[in-house]
Order: sequence, then structure tokens, then C-alpha cells
Amino acid sequence: MLDVRGIKKVYESKDRTVEAVRDLTFTLQAGELACLVGPSGCGKTTLLKIMSGLLDPTAGEVLLEGKRVDGPPPGMAVVFQEYGRSLFPWMTVRENVELPLKQKKLATTRRKELVDESLAAVGLAEAHAAYPWQLSGGMQQRVAIARAVAYEPHVLLMDEPFAAVDAQTRADLEDLIRDLWHRFQVTTLFVTHDIDEAVYLGQRVLILSNSPTVIRDDLAIDLPDERDQLTTRSSPRFAELRARVYEQIHRAKPAAEPVGAGATAVPPSADHGTAEFGA
Amino acid sequence: MTGILRRVGMTIGLPVLLLAAWWFASANSTDFFFPPLSQILESLVDEWFGPRLAADVLPSVLRLAAGYALAAVVAVSLGVLIGTSRTVRGVLEPVLEFFRAIPPPVLVPIFILLLGIGDGMKVVVIAFGCMWPILLNTVEGVRAVDSVLSDTARTYGITGVARLRKLVLPAASPQIFAGLRQGLSVAIILMVISELFAASNGLGFAVVQAQRSFAIAETWAGMLMLGLLGFLLALLFRVVENRQLRWYHGLRRAQRSS
Amino acid sequence: MSGSPAVVSPGSAAPVSDTDALRRSPRRRSMPSAVLGLIGLLALVALVEILPRIGVLPREFFPTSSEIGSSLADLVGQASFWQAVLDTLYGWALGLAIASVAGIVLGILIGSSRFTREFTASTIEFLRPIPSVALIPIAVLLFGSEIESKLLLVVYASFWQVLIQVLYGVQDIDPIAQDTARAYGLGRWARVRYLTWPTALPYVMTGLRLAAAVALILAVTSELVIGNPGLGKLLATAQSSGAIANTYAIVVVTGILGVLVNLVFRAIERRSLSWHPSQRAELPA
Repeated sequence: MLDVRGIKKVYESKDRTVEAVRDLTFTLQAGELACLVGPSGCGKTTLLKIMSGLLDPTAGEVLLEGKRVDGPPPGMAVVFQEYGRSLFPWMTVRENVELPLKQKKLATTRRKELVDESLAAVGLAEAHAAYPWQLSGGMQQRVAIARAVAYEPHVLLMDEPFAAVDAQTRADLEDLIRDLWHRFQVTTLFVTHDIDEAVYLGQRVLILSNSPTVIRDDLAIDLPDERDQLTTRSSPRFAELRARVYEQIHRAKPAAEPVGAGATAVPPSADHGTAEFGA
Repeated sequence: MTGILRRVGMTIGLPVLLLAAWWFASANSTDFFFPPLSQILESLVDEWFGPRLAADVLPSVLRLAAGYALAAVVAVSLGVLIGTSRTVRGVLEPVLEFFRAIPPPVLVPIFILLLGIGDGMKVVVIAFGCMWPILLNTVEGVRAVDSVLSDTARTYGITGVARLRKLVLPAASPQIFAGLRQGLSVAIILMVISELFAASNGLGFAVVQAQRSFAIAETWAGMLMLGLLGFLLALLFRVVENRQLRWYHGLRRAQRSS
Repeated sequence: MSGSPAVVSPGSAAPVSDTDALRRSPRRRSMPSAVLGLIGLLALVALVEILPRIGVLPREFFPTSSEIGSSLADLVGQASFWQAVLDTLYGWALGLAIASVAGIVLGILIGSSRFTREFTASTIEFLRPIPSVALIPIAVLLFGSEIESKLLLVVYASFWQVLIQVLYGVQDIDPIAQDTARAYGLGRWARVRYLTWPTALPYVMTGLRLAAAVALILAVTSELVIGNPGLGKLLATAQSSGAIANTYAIVVVTGILGVLVNLVFRAIERRSLSWHPSQRAELPA
């Protein structure tokens, strides 16, 4: 579905050249829910912008269903971290969700269907006539998610969408994502800096290195499909996977060789020597 | 009930006090330049709200409206075009700032040279004078569209005219309205000044005529009329702005309380 | 909008907007805005040189840049011109000073209590939008073309700019800081000095900048219409005596003066606020 090949991004300014991203290569299969996690400043947002066509890479390419991404492609929806700034403040919730559908030239009845369905799916059916600034942060982000879902995208990219939201709301929203994913079967790439969140949500976790960024690891998450904040997070398997991710991210040495596409399975009770359990 | 009384009291309290003070201080005045308020008000009602309303006030207001509307359309359109391109903005900004810095009334002699002394000249001078704050504010508003919002629009394929209508113009509208408000003040000033130089009718013209023929009460009344006009136009503007920018005021209120 | 399989080099696609281009292509060395601005100004001068010559602008009533330039050069050599500039600036400065002091004092007084704010609100809202040109007749009647008539106009117009900003500033005082000050027994005057004034200062600076611009406009207007000595009067004389190039030259001078006043006051505003943490948006006057 989504093919990322050899993405490289170099920023040049008057005094210095910064290689933000060195080489990112991976593939998302249709219907997958994958998480991308990495240390701060490792270029997660840069990668997401390149994947969504908002930014051009210095080298490499992104293919969406076989076609090269050059500018934001139709069929891809993005949910940004700054929910307050991604909703149009002069439009009501309903109008916000409907806007991309109007752009797609869908019929009025179909649009209404989609809007109603997606607002109901995120639990905001009664708020459809409100303005975004009348809603709480969590609700605003739900609107942004509803908008993305109503668009019926082939790929959904989410850029640390819950980073600016309080912990309790974050837990609710995480479950919402999994619900929506189950329901609509959209290929989703979820970028986050929160390791727990990545392991909880994803079928697969891609771990980025420090800048210049490459993929350090590509982990299959073999937790059960039915997940739950309480039980899943306290399961031993969760702890193991989490530890593995943590260890990869917090290793001191910068990335040298990228890991190729394809998930690495972690054997259930492997002991990698000093597994770190950390904060 | 007391709430409403209090509010009414607060609103009209000071104005009533001031008017009363003026009334009584000038009641028996023999000062040539400060006639009794009663005379002034008489002139206001009889003359300025009487025959002069159609003969002078109306033509002035029509010229004002024409010049202002022309300026608004031209300035907002140009502003959108200029604001979208960083290069064009960079090239034009000093030139625009220069034109904006010219005291608008100074343009009147120039335009008299170029266009004579008819109604056309007055409308053009009003338009030319008040378009600069509108233009510059539009440019700024368009430039400062939120980047996340802009990215969002791009990802959903909102480009071209749709982008202009649904993203750029609404996002820039608070700033555009600020420019329109400044432009209105300039337009009123130019309306008056343009009539002082060469006119055969108009509010400014009539007031100056009264002043030159030493019809003092009438002069004061004319000044009050001008003040009233300024006040009413500002009020009208605020009403329109509040309706168009209801979302913006709500947004600001929400941001401030958080 | 799906891309073609061909290799697309960064930045070759037409950007939807310039900001889009900046984000899509690698950081391009773009021309600094000072150079761009200079190009714009030169282009304007060139246009004004060419257009009258080819008849787009009426040659008779619209001189070329070179003509305006040489008039300007002549003016600059005349003592009467500089006298006029000084006259304008004197009226401007004096009027601005009076308006500022009055605006600040009244602003702090009115703003200090909710009652006074509410009580005066409607009066301010009514008097504020009165165009200062409405005062011209009474100014002429009372003072003729003495400087007082000019001052009346300048002060009236600039006062409101300062007052409104100071009112915003005084209202911006952090109530917690105010309670703290009271708790420490700071008297009224001390509170104004240590709390009210620093909070209001950025707003005062904004008000001064706005007032300075308005004051200049009214000063020149008064000179133009009433005939007080100054650039405005010089302009009226030039126009009525048919010295067309001179007329334009004086207009250019007023524009330059306006730009200078703006630049100076923006710089002052910035300097006085260099310590200030937050970004003060210009509240529309």
C-alpha cells in the first residue's frame, strides 16, 4: 500500500548542512496499523511531511499504491498534533468534517451519511453544530480524526496526535483509534514519541534512530488483537516488547546501518542480556 | 431589573451630565463663538436634519460609500494577490508603506490637478486615500495564515479558488477588518477635505460655508452632524464586523480564558 | 493529483503559494527582502519617469521623476522649505506631547476603577470616532491660523489613540500581582509606579506610535486647510500658484516624513519592549 524507499532529507542553511534523515525504507501493507517511534528530534515529523507530500525529500521516493507521491495525494489523510490549529475556527464541527468531502465532489446525501457516521464513531454526534474553540482539546482532536475518517482515505497518517492532550484523554483516544481501525480497516501509520503508546496501539512498531535517522528496528507486536488499557498494559508480553523498544531507542551509539524492511520477531522469553526497564 | 437600570444609567449617565453642563453653561451666553446649546440643537434639527439632509449630507455619504467600496474591492483583491507571494510582497512592501505614509489630505491638491473638481475626483481621492491601510492589512492577513491550517488544507486537496474562499479569506478576515476600520476613518476625513477645496454641495462644504458666513450656531450644528455621522458609521461597522467575525471573537475569548 | 512515475526534482512543481514552495523545496537562497524592496522602489521611480513621457499619465499635470527630483533638490536648498519642515514638526511634537500626557494620565485614572471605566465607556465610544476634521470650523473661528488651531486638531486626534491603548494596558494588569501588591501594603501611588506603569508601558508605546502617525497627518492637514505655517501650507501655495513639480515634490516629502516617523517610533517601541516577554499584538485603534 505505502512504500517508502530510501528517503533522505538534508536541510541546508547559510552556515550549516543538517542531515535530518539519512535513509528510511519500509513498507506498509494494506489494512495495517503501524507505529513509528523514535527519540525527540529524530525527524519523525519530517518523515511524515515527506510521506504526505507536504515536503520534498532530498532523495528517495514514496509510493502510494504504486504511484509516486509528489504533493499531497488524494486518498491520504493526515491528523496533526496541533488540533487547535488544524480545524477551521470559522466553521462548525460538521462543516469542518464535511469540507474535504465537498472538495471530493461527493453528493450531498453521501456527505451527510459520512459526516454523521464519523461523528458518531468518535462520539461527537451532539457536538456537530459547535465551533471547535467551544470544545475541549480531546474533543477537538476527535473532530480532526472524524474528518480524516469521513474522507475515506486509503492511508491515514497521524503525527503525534495525542502529545498535546492529557493522559486520561489520551487513553480514551488511543482506544478510539483502535476501534476506528477495526471498523474501517484503514492503513494507519501512527507516529509517536511515547513508547507505551506505540506498543499498545500497533501491530508493528518501527523504531527510528537518532539523527541522521535510519530505521533501527522493525518489531512485530504479537499482542492479542483485542486490547485494553488495563489488562494489555500490565501483561508481561507488553513489558517485554516495551523494553525492547526502549532499549533500541536509548542506546547510546548513533545509528550506522539501517535495518531492512520486514518485521523482526522477538522470541517470547528471550533474554537480551541487560534488558532495561525504565521510566 | 436593577441590572438593566444600572446599565442604562452607566451608558447615558456621563453623556447626559455633559450635555446638561453644556446646556446650562451656555444658556445665557452672549459669546459670539459659543452660542447657547438650545440654538445649536435647533439648527441641527431644523437645518441639518431638514433640507440639508438631502441637499448636502446625502451626496457626501454617497461619495463616501462609493469611494470606500471601490477602495475595499481593489485593496482586498490586490492584497490577496500580493500577500500570497513572498517575492511580490518583498518588492512592493516599501512602495506600499510609502504611499500609506503620505497624509491622505495631501492627495487632494494632486487629484484636483489630475481630475478637476467634480464628483469623480472626490470619489477617486477617497478611494485612493483609504485603500492603503486596507491593502497592507490584507497583505499581512494573507501572509499570516496558520501553517498547520494551510498544511491541512493541502492534504485534503483544497487548492485554487476553494482554498481562497474557504481558507485564505476567512483566515485573513480579522486583519482585513482591522484595515477596513482604519480605511473608514481615512475615508471620512477625505470626504470632508475634498469638499473644502472645491465643491458645490456636501457636508464638509456646507459646514465651511456656514463658518465663513459666521452662522455660528449652524457651524456648531454642522460639526455635531459630522460627529454624529462618524459615530453612526463606526457603529454600523462594528455591527457588521461583529457578525462576520463572531467566530473570531469566540475564539479569542476561549483562548484568553485558558 | 497523483504523481507521475518520472523523477521529479525538488521544487520544480509549481507551488500553490510561496509558503508551499518554501516547504516543498530544499531551502533555496532567496533574495533578502531589503534588496527586493529596493527593486520595488526603483521600479516605482522608473514608472513615474516613463508614464508621463508616453502619455499614460497627463504630462501637463504629472511631472516625471526627474522633474520631481530636481524640484526636490531645489526645495532642499531653500531656507523657507526647512522652516516649513520645522513648523510642521514643532506643531506635531507639541501636539503629540500634550495628547500623550493627557492620554496617559486620564487613561490611568479612568482605568483604575471599574466604575470609572464603565461610566465613561459610552462617552469615549461616541467621541472617539468623531473625525477631527469636524473641529476645523471651530478651530478657525477661535484661533484663525495661529498654532492653537493646529494643536486643537492634532491633540484631539492623537489623544484617543493614546487613551484607548492605555485603557487596554491598565486592564491587562494581573489581578494576582495587584493583590500581592496590596497585601504588601503598597499605597496607591506605589502601585501605580511599580505595577500599573510597567504593565501599561507596552501599550503606551503602541499608543504613541499610532498617535505619532495620526498627529503628523492632522498637522499637515491643518496647515493645508487652515493655513498654519508648515509643509501643508507650502503645498497649498505651490498648488494654487501652478508650481506643479513642486507640489509633487512636497507630497513626496510628507510621505518621507511619515515613513521616518513610523520607523523611529517602531524602533522606540521595540527598544522599550526588548525586555518584555510576551508578544503584544497591535490592538486595532
